[in-house]
Amino acid sequence: MQKRSIVPIVYILFLMLPIYWLVAMSFKTTNEILSGFSLFPQTFTLDNYATIFTDPSWYWGYINSIAYVSINTVISIAVALPAAYAFSRYRFLGDKQLFFWLLTNRMAPAAVFALPFFQLYSAVELFDTHLAVALAHCLFNIPLAVWILEGFMGGIPKELDETAFVDGYSFPRFFATIFIPSIKAGVGVAAFFCFMFSWVELLLAKTLTAVAAKPIAATMTKTASSAGYELGLLAAAGTLTIIPGAIVIWFVRNYIAKGFAMGRV
Amino acid sequence: MKTENQKAWFFVLPVLALVAFNALIPMMTVVNYSVQETFGDNVFFWQGLDWFQQILRSDRFHAALGRQFLFTFLILIIEVPLGIAIALSMPRKGFWVPVCLVLMALPMLIPWNVVGAMWNIFTLPDIGLLGYFLNHVLGINYDMTQDPVAAWVTIVTMDVWHWTSLVVLLSYAGLVSIPDAYYQAAKIDGASNWAVFRFIQLPKMKTVLTIAILLRFMDSFNIYTEPFVLTGGGPGNSTTLLSIDLVKIALGQFDLGPAAAMSLIYFAITLLVSWLFYTLMTKDDLN
Repeated sequence: MQKRSIVPIVYILFLMLPIYWLVAMSFKTTNEILSGFSLFPQTFTLDNYATIFTDPSWYWGYINSIAYVSINTVISIAVALPAAYAFSRYRFLGDKQLFFWLLTNRMAPAAVFALPFFQLYSAVELFDTHLAVALAHCLFNIPLAVWILEGFMGGIPKELDETAFVDGYSFPRFFATIFIPSIKAGVGVAAFFCFMFSWVELLLAKTLTAVAAKPIAATMTKTASSAGYELGLLAAAGTLTIIPGAIVIWFVRNYIAKGFAMGRV
Repeated sequence: MKTENQKAWFFVLPVLALVAFNALIPMMTVVNYSVQETFGDNVFFWQGLDWFQQILRSDRFHAALGRQFLFTFLILIIEVPLGIAIALSMPRKGFWVPVCLVLMALPMLIPWNVVGAMWNIFTLPDIGLLGYFLNHVLGINYDMTQDPVAAWVTIVTMDVWHWTSLVVLLSYAGLVSIPDAYYQAAKIDGASNWAVFRFIQLPKMKTVLTIAILLRFMDSFNIYTEPFVLTGGGPGNSTTLLSIDLVKIALGQFDLGPAAAMSLIYFAITLLVSWLFYTLMTKDDLN
Protein backbone atom coordinates (compact mmCIF):
# COMPACT_ATOMS: atom_id res chain seq x y z
CA MET A 1 0.00 0.00 0.00
CA GLN A 2 2.77 2.44 0.95
CA LYS A 3 4.84 1.58 -2.10
CA ARG A 4 1.91 2.24 -4.40
CA SER A 5 1.40 5.79 -3.20
CA ILE A 6 4.76 6.77 -4.75
CA VAL A 7 3.07 7.00 -8.17
CA PRO A 8 0.46 9.67 -7.29
CA ILE A 9 3.02 11.59 -5.23
CA VAL A 10 5.52 11.74 -8.09
CA TYR A 11 2.72 12.69 -10.50
CA ILE A 12 1.49 15.51 -8.24
CA LEU A 13 5.07 16.80 -7.85
CA PHE A 14 5.36 16.87 -11.64
CA LEU A 15 2.10 18.84 -11.82
CA MET A 16 3.18 21.32 -9.16
CA LEU A 17 6.64 22.18 -10.57
CA PRO A 18 5.55 24.55 -13.38
CA ILE A 19 2.95 26.07 -11.06
CA TYR A 20 5.59 26.62 -8.37
CA TRP A 21 7.82 28.29 -10.93
CA LEU A 22 5.02 30.64 -12.04
CA VAL A 23 4.26 31.61 -8.42
CA ALA A 24 7.96 32.03 -7.57
CA MET A 25 8.46 34.28 -10.63
CA SER A 26 5.53 36.46 -9.58
CA PHE A 27 7.37 37.43 -6.38
CA LYS A 28 10.61 38.36 -8.16
CA THR A 29 11.64 41.72 -9.55
CA THR A 30 12.18 41.98 -13.30
CA ASN A 31 15.88 42.60 -12.63
CA GLU A 32 16.24 39.43 -10.64
CA ILE A 33 14.45 37.34 -13.27
CA LEU A 34 16.62 38.60 -16.12
CA SER A 35 19.89 38.60 -14.20
CA GLY A 36 20.03 34.85 -13.75
CA PHE A 37 18.68 31.68 -12.21
CA SER A 38 17.44 31.53 -8.62
CA LEU A 39 15.31 28.78 -7.15
CA PHE A 40 13.61 31.07 -4.59
CA PRO A 41 12.88 34.80 -4.87
CA GLN A 42 15.99 36.59 -3.48
CA THR A 43 14.46 40.04 -3.22
CA PHE A 44 10.87 39.18 -2.35
CA THR A 45 8.48 41.74 -3.83
CA LEU A 46 4.74 42.32 -4.05
CA ASP A 47 5.12 45.04 -6.70
CA ASN A 48 3.80 42.83 -9.48
CA TYR A 49 0.57 42.22 -7.59
CA ALA A 50 0.33 45.87 -6.57
CA THR A 51 0.48 46.86 -10.25
CA ILE A 52 -2.36 44.50 -11.11
CA PHE A 53 -4.63 45.59 -8.27
CA THR A 54 -4.15 49.31 -8.91
CA ASP A 55 -4.28 49.41 -12.71
CA PRO A 56 -7.89 49.29 -14.00
CA SER A 57 -6.91 47.73 -17.33
CA TRP A 58 -5.62 44.74 -15.30
CA TYR A 59 -8.24 44.26 -12.64
CA TRP A 60 -11.13 44.93 -15.00
CA GLY A 61 -9.88 41.93 -16.95
CA TYR A 62 -10.67 39.75 -13.93
CA ILE A 63 -14.07 41.29 -13.42
CA ASN A 64 -14.90 40.79 -17.10
CA SER A 65 -13.80 37.16 -17.08
CA ILE A 66 -15.76 36.35 -13.94
CA ALA A 67 -18.82 38.19 -15.31
CA TYR A 68 -19.11 36.27 -18.58
CA VAL A 69 -18.19 32.94 -16.99
CA SER A 70 -20.96 33.37 -14.39
CA ILE A 71 -23.56 34.43 -16.99
CA ASN A 72 -22.59 31.47 -19.15
CA THR A 73 -22.85 28.98 -16.29
CA VAL A 74 -26.31 30.26 -15.29
CA ILE A 75 -27.67 30.22 -18.87
CA SER A 76 -26.18 26.79 -19.64
CA ILE A 77 -27.59 25.11 -16.54
CA ALA A 78 -30.97 26.86 -16.80
CA VAL A 79 -31.68 25.68 -20.35
CA ALA A 80 -29.94 22.31 -19.97
CA LEU A 81 -32.08 21.22 -16.99
CA PRO A 82 -35.45 20.89 -18.81
CA ALA A 83 -33.74 19.52 -21.94
CA ALA A 84 -31.90 16.85 -19.97
CA TYR A 85 -35.19 15.95 -18.27
CA ALA A 86 -36.86 15.51 -21.66
CA PHE A 87 -34.01 13.30 -22.92
CA SER A 88 -33.96 11.15 -19.78
CA ARG A 89 -37.76 10.68 -19.41
CA TYR A 90 -39.39 10.81 -22.84
CA ARG A 91 -39.10 9.45 -26.33
CA PHE A 92 -39.90 11.99 -29.01
CA LEU A 93 -39.43 12.43 -32.72
CA GLY A 94 -35.73 12.87 -33.53
CA ASP A 95 -34.50 12.66 -29.95
CA LYS A 96 -31.43 10.52 -30.67
CA GLN A 97 -30.44 12.58 -33.70
CA LEU A 98 -30.81 15.79 -31.71
CA PHE A 99 -28.67 14.45 -28.86
CA PHE A 100 -25.90 13.43 -31.25
CA TRP A 101 -26.08 16.76 -33.09
CA LEU A 102 -25.68 18.58 -29.76
CA LEU A 103 -22.55 16.55 -29.01
CA THR A 104 -21.01 17.25 -32.43
CA ASN A 105 -20.79 20.90 -31.47
CA ARG A 106 -18.26 19.87 -28.85
CA MET A 107 -16.10 18.65 -31.75
CA ALA A 108 -16.04 21.85 -33.79
CA PRO A 109 -12.64 23.52 -33.61
CA ALA A 110 -13.03 26.98 -32.07
CA ALA A 111 -10.61 28.29 -34.69
CA VAL A 112 -13.21 27.43 -37.34
CA PHE A 113 -15.82 29.64 -35.71
CA ALA A 114 -13.69 32.62 -34.71
CA LEU A 115 -14.31 34.83 -37.73
CA PRO A 116 -18.00 33.98 -38.34
CA PHE A 117 -18.66 34.54 -34.62
CA PHE A 118 -17.13 37.98 -34.86
CA GLN A 119 -19.42 38.82 -37.78
CA LEU A 120 -22.51 37.28 -36.18
CA TYR A 121 -22.15 39.09 -32.86
CA SER A 122 -21.27 42.35 -34.59
CA ALA A 123 -24.44 42.00 -36.67
CA VAL A 124 -26.66 41.56 -33.60
CA GLU A 125 -24.79 44.43 -31.91
CA LEU A 126 -23.54 42.41 -28.98
CA PHE A 127 -19.86 42.72 -29.88
CA ASP A 128 -17.65 43.57 -26.87
CA THR A 129 -20.29 42.71 -24.26
CA HIS A 130 -20.18 40.05 -21.54
CA LEU A 131 -23.35 38.55 -22.96
CA ALA A 132 -21.70 37.90 -26.33
CA VAL A 133 -18.93 35.77 -24.82
CA ALA A 134 -21.38 34.04 -22.47
CA LEU A 135 -23.69 33.13 -25.38
CA ALA A 136 -20.80 32.02 -27.61
CA HIS A 137 -19.49 29.69 -24.91
CA CYS A 138 -22.95 28.09 -24.79
CA LEU A 139 -21.95 26.38 -28.04
CA PHE A 140 -19.79 23.84 -26.21
CA ASN A 141 -21.08 24.18 -22.63
CA ILE A 142 -24.79 23.48 -23.21
CA PRO A 143 -24.17 20.11 -24.92
CA LEU A 144 -21.82 19.14 -22.10
CA ALA A 145 -24.30 20.23 -19.40
CA VAL A 146 -27.16 18.33 -21.07
CA TRP A 147 -24.96 15.24 -21.32
CA ILE A 148 -23.87 15.31 -17.65
CA LEU A 149 -27.33 16.16 -16.28
CA GLU A 150 -29.03 13.51 -18.41
CA GLY A 151 -26.72 10.92 -16.87
CA PHE A 152 -27.59 12.01 -13.33
CA MET A 153 -31.32 12.15 -14.06
CA GLY A 154 -31.20 8.62 -15.48
CA GLY A 155 -30.17 7.46 -11.99
CA ILE A 156 -33.37 8.85 -10.40
CA PRO A 157 -36.21 6.31 -10.59
CA LYS A 158 -39.24 7.36 -12.58
CA GLU A 159 -41.48 6.45 -9.63
CA LEU A 160 -40.38 9.70 -7.98
CA ASP A 161 -42.07 11.72 -10.74
CA GLU A 162 -45.18 9.55 -10.77
CA THR A 163 -45.66 9.65 -6.99
CA ALA A 164 -45.36 13.43 -6.98
CA PHE A 165 -47.93 13.84 -9.74
CA VAL A 166 -50.33 11.49 -7.93
CA ASP A 167 -49.86 13.63 -4.82
CA GLY A 168 -51.09 16.58 -6.86
CA TYR A 169 -47.84 18.42 -7.55
CA SER A 170 -47.87 20.56 -10.68
CA PHE A 171 -44.94 19.97 -13.02
CA PRO A 172 -43.06 23.24 -12.30
CA ARG A 173 -43.48 22.77 -8.55
CA PHE A 174 -42.33 19.14 -8.70
CA PHE A 175 -39.35 20.09 -10.87
CA ALA A 176 -38.20 22.96 -8.67
CA THR A 177 -38.88 21.57 -5.19
CA ILE A 178 -38.35 17.81 -5.57
CA PHE A 179 -36.50 16.94 -8.73
CA ILE A 180 -33.70 19.52 -8.82
CA PRO A 181 -32.79 19.04 -5.13
CA SER A 182 -32.50 15.29 -5.72
CA ILE A 183 -29.89 15.79 -8.46
CA LYS A 184 -28.05 18.67 -6.85
CA ALA A 185 -24.72 16.80 -7.08
CA GLY A 186 -25.26 16.59 -10.84
CA VAL A 187 -26.06 20.30 -11.04
CA GLY A 188 -22.85 20.98 -9.10
CA VAL A 189 -20.73 18.83 -11.43
CA ALA A 190 -22.33 20.31 -14.56
CA ALA A 191 -21.88 23.87 -13.25
CA PHE A 192 -18.26 23.07 -12.43
CA PHE A 193 -17.55 21.91 -15.99
CA CYS A 194 -19.35 24.91 -17.51
CA PHE A 195 -17.32 27.23 -15.29
CA MET A 196 -14.11 25.42 -16.17
CA PHE A 197 -14.48 25.38 -19.96
CA SER A 198 -15.69 28.98 -20.08
CA TRP A 199 -12.88 30.17 -17.78
CA VAL A 200 -10.07 28.51 -19.73
CA GLU A 201 -11.28 29.32 -23.26
CA LEU A 202 -9.58 32.31 -24.81
CA LEU A 203 -9.80 32.25 -28.59
CA LEU A 204 -13.54 33.08 -28.81
CA ALA A 205 -13.48 35.34 -25.76
CA LYS A 206 -10.70 37.36 -27.33
CA THR A 207 -12.34 37.47 -30.75
CA LEU A 208 -15.63 38.78 -29.36
CA THR A 209 -14.25 41.56 -27.17
CA ALA A 210 -12.24 44.72 -27.68
CA VAL A 211 -12.17 46.92 -24.60
CA ALA A 212 -15.29 46.83 -22.44
CA ALA A 213 -15.52 43.08 -21.88
CA LYS A 214 -11.94 41.99 -22.46
CA PRO A 215 -10.95 38.88 -20.45
CA ILE A 216 -7.92 38.85 -18.17
CA ALA A 217 -6.18 36.23 -20.27
CA ALA A 218 -6.33 38.54 -23.30
CA THR A 219 -4.96 41.45 -21.27
CA MET A 220 -2.01 39.21 -20.49
CA THR A 221 -1.13 38.44 -24.10
CA LYS A 222 -1.31 42.10 -24.98
CA THR A 223 0.93 43.19 -22.10
CA ALA A 224 3.38 40.42 -22.85
CA SER A 225 4.00 41.81 -26.33
CA SER A 226 3.70 45.55 -25.77
CA ALA A 227 5.56 45.97 -22.51
CA GLY A 228 8.42 43.78 -23.61
CA TYR A 229 9.79 41.36 -21.10
CA GLU A 230 7.78 41.97 -17.93
CA LEU A 231 7.84 38.34 -16.89
CA GLY A 232 7.16 39.07 -13.22
CA LEU A 233 3.95 40.91 -14.03
CA LEU A 234 2.90 38.18 -16.44
CA ALA A 235 3.58 35.53 -13.78
CA ALA A 236 1.56 37.43 -11.16
CA ALA A 237 -1.41 37.77 -13.53
CA GLY A 238 -1.14 34.07 -14.39
CA THR A 239 -1.03 33.10 -10.71
CA LEU A 240 -4.20 35.09 -10.07
CA THR A 241 -6.04 33.25 -12.86
CA ILE A 242 -5.44 29.95 -11.07
CA ILE A 243 -7.23 31.06 -7.89
CA PRO A 244 -10.91 31.11 -9.03
CA GLY A 245 -10.54 27.61 -10.48
CA ALA A 246 -8.91 26.36 -7.29
CA ILE A 247 -11.78 27.77 -5.19
CA VAL A 248 -14.47 26.26 -7.39
CA ILE A 249 -12.84 22.84 -7.44
CA TRP A 250 -12.50 22.83 -3.66
CA PHE A 251 -16.29 23.20 -3.38
CA VAL A 252 -17.05 20.25 -5.64
CA ARG A 253 -14.15 18.05 -4.51
CA ASN A 254 -16.39 15.36 -3.06
CA TYR A 255 -18.60 15.23 -6.14
CA ILE A 256 -15.91 15.07 -8.82
CA ALA A 257 -15.15 11.35 -8.65
CA LYS A 258 -18.56 10.35 -7.33
CA GLY A 259 -20.25 12.60 -9.87
CA PHE A 260 -18.85 10.80 -12.86
CA ALA A 261 -19.51 7.45 -11.25
CA MET A 262 -23.19 8.25 -10.66
CA GLY A 263 -23.56 9.85 -14.01
CA ARG A 264 -22.26 7.57 -16.66
CA VAL A 265 -20.62 4.44 -15.33
CA MET B 1 -39.18 2.59 -19.91
CA LYS B 2 -39.41 6.03 -21.44
CA THR B 3 -42.87 7.13 -22.50
CA GLU B 4 -43.54 8.66 -25.87
CA ASN B 5 -44.36 12.35 -25.54
CA GLN B 6 -43.95 14.79 -28.41
CA LYS B 7 -44.51 17.72 -26.05
CA ALA B 8 -41.02 17.01 -24.70
CA TRP B 9 -39.85 19.09 -27.65
CA PHE B 10 -40.88 22.20 -25.71
CA PHE B 11 -38.33 21.30 -23.02
CA VAL B 12 -35.58 21.04 -25.61
CA LEU B 13 -36.53 24.19 -27.48
CA PRO B 14 -34.36 26.70 -25.53
CA VAL B 15 -31.29 24.48 -25.91
CA LEU B 16 -32.03 24.00 -29.57
CA ALA B 17 -32.47 27.73 -30.16
CA LEU B 18 -29.25 28.75 -28.37
CA VAL B 19 -27.03 26.07 -29.88
CA ALA B 20 -28.51 26.52 -33.36
CA PHE B 21 -27.89 30.27 -33.16
CA ASN B 22 -24.25 29.62 -32.31
CA ALA B 23 -23.69 26.64 -34.58
CA LEU B 24 -25.83 26.96 -37.70
CA ILE B 25 -25.40 30.64 -38.54
CA PRO B 26 -21.59 30.63 -38.30
CA MET B 27 -21.48 27.29 -40.09
CA MET B 28 -23.55 28.72 -42.97
CA THR B 29 -21.16 31.69 -43.11
CA VAL B 30 -18.25 29.28 -43.42
CA VAL B 31 -20.01 27.27 -46.13
CA ASN B 32 -20.78 30.51 -47.93
CA TYR B 33 -17.15 31.62 -47.91
CA SER B 34 -15.90 28.22 -48.94
CA VAL B 35 -17.53 28.38 -52.38
CA GLN B 36 -16.75 32.01 -53.22
CA GLU B 37 -13.85 34.29 -54.01
CA THR B 38 -13.62 37.87 -52.82
CA PHE B 39 -11.36 40.81 -53.64
CA GLY B 40 -12.63 42.83 -50.71
CA ASP B 41 -15.48 45.40 -50.59
CA ASN B 42 -17.92 42.56 -49.99
CA VAL B 43 -17.92 41.62 -53.67
CA PHE B 44 -18.06 37.85 -54.04
CA PHE B 45 -17.69 35.52 -57.02
CA TRP B 46 -18.91 31.97 -57.26
CA GLN B 47 -15.97 29.63 -57.01
CA GLY B 48 -17.59 26.21 -56.80
CA LEU B 49 -15.49 23.50 -55.20
CA ASP B 50 -12.14 24.94 -56.31
CA TRP B 51 -11.02 25.83 -52.77
CA PHE B 52 -11.73 22.31 -51.58
CA GLN B 53 -9.65 20.83 -54.40
CA GLN B 54 -6.88 23.31 -53.76
CA ILE B 55 -6.76 22.52 -50.02
CA LEU B 56 -7.00 18.76 -50.46
CA ARG B 57 -4.09 18.84 -52.89
CA SER B 58 -1.87 21.29 -51.03
CA ASP B 59 1.31 20.01 -49.42
CA ARG B 60 0.94 22.58 -46.67
CA PHE B 61 -2.40 21.09 -45.58
CA HIS B 62 -1.05 17.53 -45.75
CA ALA B 63 1.93 18.52 -43.60
CA ALA B 64 -0.24 20.25 -40.98
CA LEU B 65 -2.66 17.31 -40.94
CA GLY B 66 0.26 14.89 -40.51
CA ARG B 67 1.64 16.89 -37.59
CA GLN B 68 -1.83 17.03 -36.07
CA PHE B 69 -2.30 13.26 -36.22
CA LEU B 70 1.21 12.69 -34.83
CA PHE B 71 0.50 15.04 -31.92
CA THR B 72 -2.86 13.47 -31.10
CA PHE B 73 -1.44 9.95 -31.42
CA LEU B 74 1.49 10.75 -29.10
CA ILE B 75 -0.61 12.34 -26.37
CA LEU B 76 -3.20 9.54 -26.47
CA ILE B 77 -0.66 6.71 -26.12
CA ILE B 78 1.02 8.54 -23.24
CA GLU B 79 -1.96 9.98 -21.38
CA VAL B 80 -4.35 7.03 -21.43
CA PRO B 81 -2.05 4.30 -19.97
CA LEU B 82 -0.44 6.81 -17.60
CA GLY B 83 -3.83 8.03 -16.41
CA ILE B 84 -5.04 4.47 -15.80
CA ALA B 85 -1.85 3.58 -13.91
CA ILE B 86 -2.15 6.63 -11.65
CA ALA B 87 -5.85 5.98 -10.99
CA LEU B 88 -5.06 2.36 -10.03
CA SER B 89 -2.43 3.43 -7.50
CA MET B 90 -4.58 6.10 -5.83
CA PRO B 91 -6.03 5.42 -2.39
CA ARG B 92 -9.75 4.51 -2.52
CA LYS B 93 -10.86 6.35 0.59
CA GLY B 94 -9.57 8.56 3.37
CA PHE B 95 -8.33 12.07 3.96
CA TRP B 96 -5.90 12.12 1.02
CA VAL B 97 -8.45 11.35 -1.69
CA PRO B 98 -10.01 14.84 -2.01
CA VAL B 99 -6.56 16.45 -1.62
CA CYS B 100 -5.18 14.33 -4.48
CA LEU B 101 -8.19 15.01 -6.68
CA VAL B 102 -8.07 18.78 -6.15
CA LEU B 103 -4.32 19.00 -6.81
CA MET B 104 -4.62 16.79 -9.89
CA ALA B 105 -7.51 18.78 -11.33
CA LEU B 106 -5.71 22.09 -10.88
CA PRO B 107 -3.89 22.18 -14.28
CA MET B 108 -7.22 21.75 -16.09
CA LEU B 109 -8.57 24.95 -14.53
CA ILE B 110 -5.82 27.22 -15.72
CA PRO B 111 -6.68 29.38 -18.78
CA TRP B 112 -5.08 27.89 -21.86
CA ASN B 113 -2.89 30.82 -22.73
CA VAL B 114 -1.64 30.96 -19.12
CA VAL B 115 -0.69 27.29 -19.55
CA GLY B 116 1.32 28.26 -22.62
CA ALA B 117 2.91 31.26 -20.89
CA MET B 118 3.66 29.19 -17.80
CA TRP B 119 5.48 26.53 -19.80
CA ASN B 120 7.31 29.23 -21.69
CA ILE B 121 8.62 30.66 -18.41
CA PHE B 122 9.33 27.14 -17.14
CA THR B 123 11.43 26.13 -20.15
CA LEU B 124 13.44 29.32 -20.85
CA PRO B 125 17.00 28.03 -21.38
CA ASP B 126 18.83 30.15 -18.81
CA ILE B 127 16.19 31.39 -16.38
CA GLY B 128 13.45 28.74 -16.45
CA LEU B 129 13.48 25.92 -13.92
CA LEU B 130 13.36 23.09 -16.48
CA GLY B 131 15.48 24.90 -19.07
CA TYR B 132 18.18 25.71 -16.50
CA PHE B 133 18.16 22.17 -15.13
CA LEU B 134 18.51 20.56 -18.56
CA ASN B 135 21.14 22.96 -19.87
CA HIS B 136 23.28 23.61 -16.82
CA VAL B 137 22.81 20.62 -14.53
CA LEU B 138 22.38 17.76 -17.00
CA GLY B 139 24.36 19.49 -19.74
CA ILE B 140 21.80 18.74 -22.46
CA ASN B 141 21.66 21.40 -25.12
CA TYR B 142 18.00 22.39 -24.89
CA ASP B 143 16.40 25.35 -26.63
CA MET B 144 12.96 24.84 -28.08
CA THR B 145 13.06 28.02 -30.14
CA GLN B 146 15.92 26.52 -32.17
CA ASP B 147 15.40 22.77 -32.12
CA PRO B 148 12.21 21.20 -33.58
CA VAL B 149 12.67 18.00 -31.53
CA ALA B 150 12.91 19.99 -28.30
CA ALA B 151 9.81 21.96 -29.33
CA TRP B 152 7.87 18.73 -29.92
CA VAL B 153 9.00 17.18 -26.65
CA THR B 154 7.93 20.37 -24.88
CA ILE B 155 4.41 20.63 -26.38
CA VAL B 156 3.76 16.91 -25.79
CA THR B 157 5.01 17.17 -22.17
CA MET B 158 2.87 20.26 -21.69
CA ASP B 159 -0.23 18.44 -22.90
CA VAL B 160 0.54 15.42 -20.70
CA TRP B 161 0.92 17.83 -17.77
CA HIS B 162 -2.30 19.61 -18.68
CA TRP B 163 -4.71 16.77 -19.45
CA THR B 164 -3.57 13.41 -17.99
CA SER B 165 -5.62 14.29 -14.91
CA LEU B 166 -8.82 14.08 -16.96
CA VAL B 167 -8.06 10.42 -17.70
CA VAL B 168 -7.13 9.90 -14.03
CA LEU B 169 -10.37 11.45 -12.72
CA LEU B 170 -12.59 9.50 -15.11
CA SER B 171 -10.79 6.17 -14.56
CA TYR B 172 -10.85 6.74 -10.83
CA ALA B 173 -14.61 7.35 -10.97
CA GLY B 174 -14.96 3.98 -12.71
CA LEU B 175 -12.77 2.25 -10.13
CA VAL B 176 -14.57 3.52 -7.02
CA SER B 177 -17.87 2.26 -8.43
CA ILE B 178 -16.64 -1.38 -8.19
CA PRO B 179 -18.17 -3.07 -5.12
CA ASP B 180 -15.73 -4.62 -2.63
CA ALA B 181 -17.40 -8.00 -3.11
CA TYR B 182 -15.83 -8.27 -6.58
CA TYR B 183 -12.33 -7.98 -5.12
CA GLN B 184 -13.10 -10.49 -2.34
CA ALA B 185 -14.40 -12.98 -4.91
CA ALA B 186 -11.23 -12.49 -6.98
CA LYS B 187 -9.11 -13.05 -3.88
CA ILE B 188 -10.87 -16.32 -3.07
CA ASP B 189 -10.33 -17.47 -6.66
CA GLY B 190 -6.63 -16.64 -6.26
CA ALA B 191 -6.71 -14.19 -9.17
CA SER B 192 -3.46 -12.40 -10.02
CA ASN B 193 -3.23 -8.61 -10.06
CA TRP B 194 -3.26 -8.72 -13.83
CA ALA B 195 -6.40 -10.88 -13.86
CA VAL B 196 -8.13 -8.49 -11.47
CA PHE B 197 -7.21 -5.59 -13.75
CA ARG B 198 -8.14 -7.37 -16.97
CA PHE B 199 -11.44 -8.94 -15.91
CA ILE B 200 -12.77 -6.67 -13.16
CA GLN B 201 -11.28 -3.20 -13.30
CA LEU B 202 -10.89 -2.67 -17.04
CA PRO B 203 -14.47 -3.68 -17.97
CA LYS B 204 -15.81 -1.37 -15.24
CA MET B 205 -13.72 1.50 -16.55
CA LYS B 206 -14.75 0.96 -20.15
CA THR B 207 -17.55 3.53 -20.34
CA VAL B 208 -15.58 6.28 -18.66
CA LEU B 209 -12.49 5.44 -20.71
CA THR B 210 -14.55 5.80 -23.88
CA ILE B 211 -15.58 9.27 -22.70
CA ALA B 212 -11.99 10.11 -21.73
CA ILE B 213 -10.49 8.98 -25.05
CA LEU B 214 -13.18 10.74 -27.08
CA LEU B 215 -12.75 14.00 -25.13
CA ARG B 216 -8.98 13.81 -25.37
CA PHE B 217 -9.16 13.08 -29.08
CA MET B 218 -11.52 15.96 -29.86
CA ASP B 219 -9.73 18.49 -27.67
CA SER B 220 -6.21 17.59 -28.76
CA PHE B 221 -7.29 17.60 -32.39
CA ASN B 222 -8.68 21.12 -31.96
CA ILE B 223 -5.82 22.41 -29.80
CA TYR B 224 -4.76 25.95 -30.59
CA THR B 225 -3.96 28.32 -27.75
CA GLU B 226 -1.35 26.40 -25.72
CA PRO B 227 1.07 25.50 -28.54
CA PHE B 228 0.47 28.89 -30.17
CA VAL B 229 1.54 30.75 -27.04
CA LEU B 230 4.39 28.34 -26.31
CA THR B 231 6.04 27.92 -29.71
CA GLY B 232 4.00 30.08 -32.11
CA GLY B 233 4.06 27.08 -34.46
CA GLY B 234 7.86 27.18 -34.70
CA PRO B 235 10.71 26.76 -35.07
CA GLY B 236 9.89 27.12 -38.76
CA ASN B 237 6.60 25.27 -39.22
CA SER B 238 7.59 22.28 -37.11
CA THR B 239 4.80 22.67 -34.51
CA THR B 240 2.20 24.32 -36.74
CA LEU B 241 -0.79 22.13 -35.96
CA LEU B 242 -4.04 22.30 -37.95
CA SER B 243 -5.75 25.04 -35.93
CA ILE B 244 -2.64 27.22 -35.91
CA ASP B 245 -2.32 26.87 -39.68
CA LEU B 246 -6.02 27.63 -40.12
CA VAL B 247 -5.84 30.84 -38.10
CA LYS B 248 -2.72 31.87 -40.04
CA ILE B 249 -4.60 31.50 -43.32
CA ALA B 250 -7.88 33.04 -42.13
CA LEU B 251 -6.74 35.98 -40.00
CA GLY B 252 -3.08 36.31 -41.01
CA GLN B 253 -3.41 36.24 -44.79
CA PHE B 254 -7.18 36.90 -44.83
CA ASP B 255 -7.71 34.18 -47.44
CA LEU B 256 -11.29 33.56 -46.41
CA GLY B 257 -12.23 31.10 -49.14
CA PRO B 258 -9.41 28.59 -48.63
CA ALA B 259 -9.66 29.02 -44.83
CA ALA B 260 -13.39 28.26 -44.91
CA ALA B 261 -12.88 25.20 -47.13
CA MET B 262 -10.12 24.03 -44.79
CA SER B 263 -12.42 24.55 -41.77
CA LEU B 264 -15.07 22.30 -43.28
CA ILE B 265 -12.58 19.58 -44.20
CA TYR B 266 -11.07 19.85 -40.71
CA PHE B 267 -14.48 19.56 -39.03
CA ALA B 268 -15.41 16.61 -41.25
CA ILE B 269 -12.22 14.75 -40.28
CA THR B 270 -12.84 15.38 -36.56
CA LEU B 271 -16.42 14.12 -36.88
CA LEU B 272 -15.40 11.05 -38.86
CA VAL B 273 -12.61 9.98 -36.51
CA SER B 274 -14.76 10.62 -33.40
CA TRP B 275 -17.53 8.53 -34.92
CA LEU B 276 -15.07 5.71 -35.76
CA PHE B 277 -13.65 5.77 -32.21
CA TYR B 278 -17.13 5.75 -30.74
CA THR B 279 -18.39 2.88 -32.91
CA LEU B 280 -15.29 0.75 -32.32
CA MET B 281 -15.31 1.28 -28.56
CA THR B 282 -19.03 0.59 -28.09
CA LYS B 283 -19.23 -2.26 -30.61
CA ASP B 284 -19.01 -5.00 -27.95
CA ASP B 285 -21.92 -3.54 -26.00
CA LEU B 286 -24.23 -3.93 -28.95
CA ASN B 287 -23.41 -7.59 -29.58
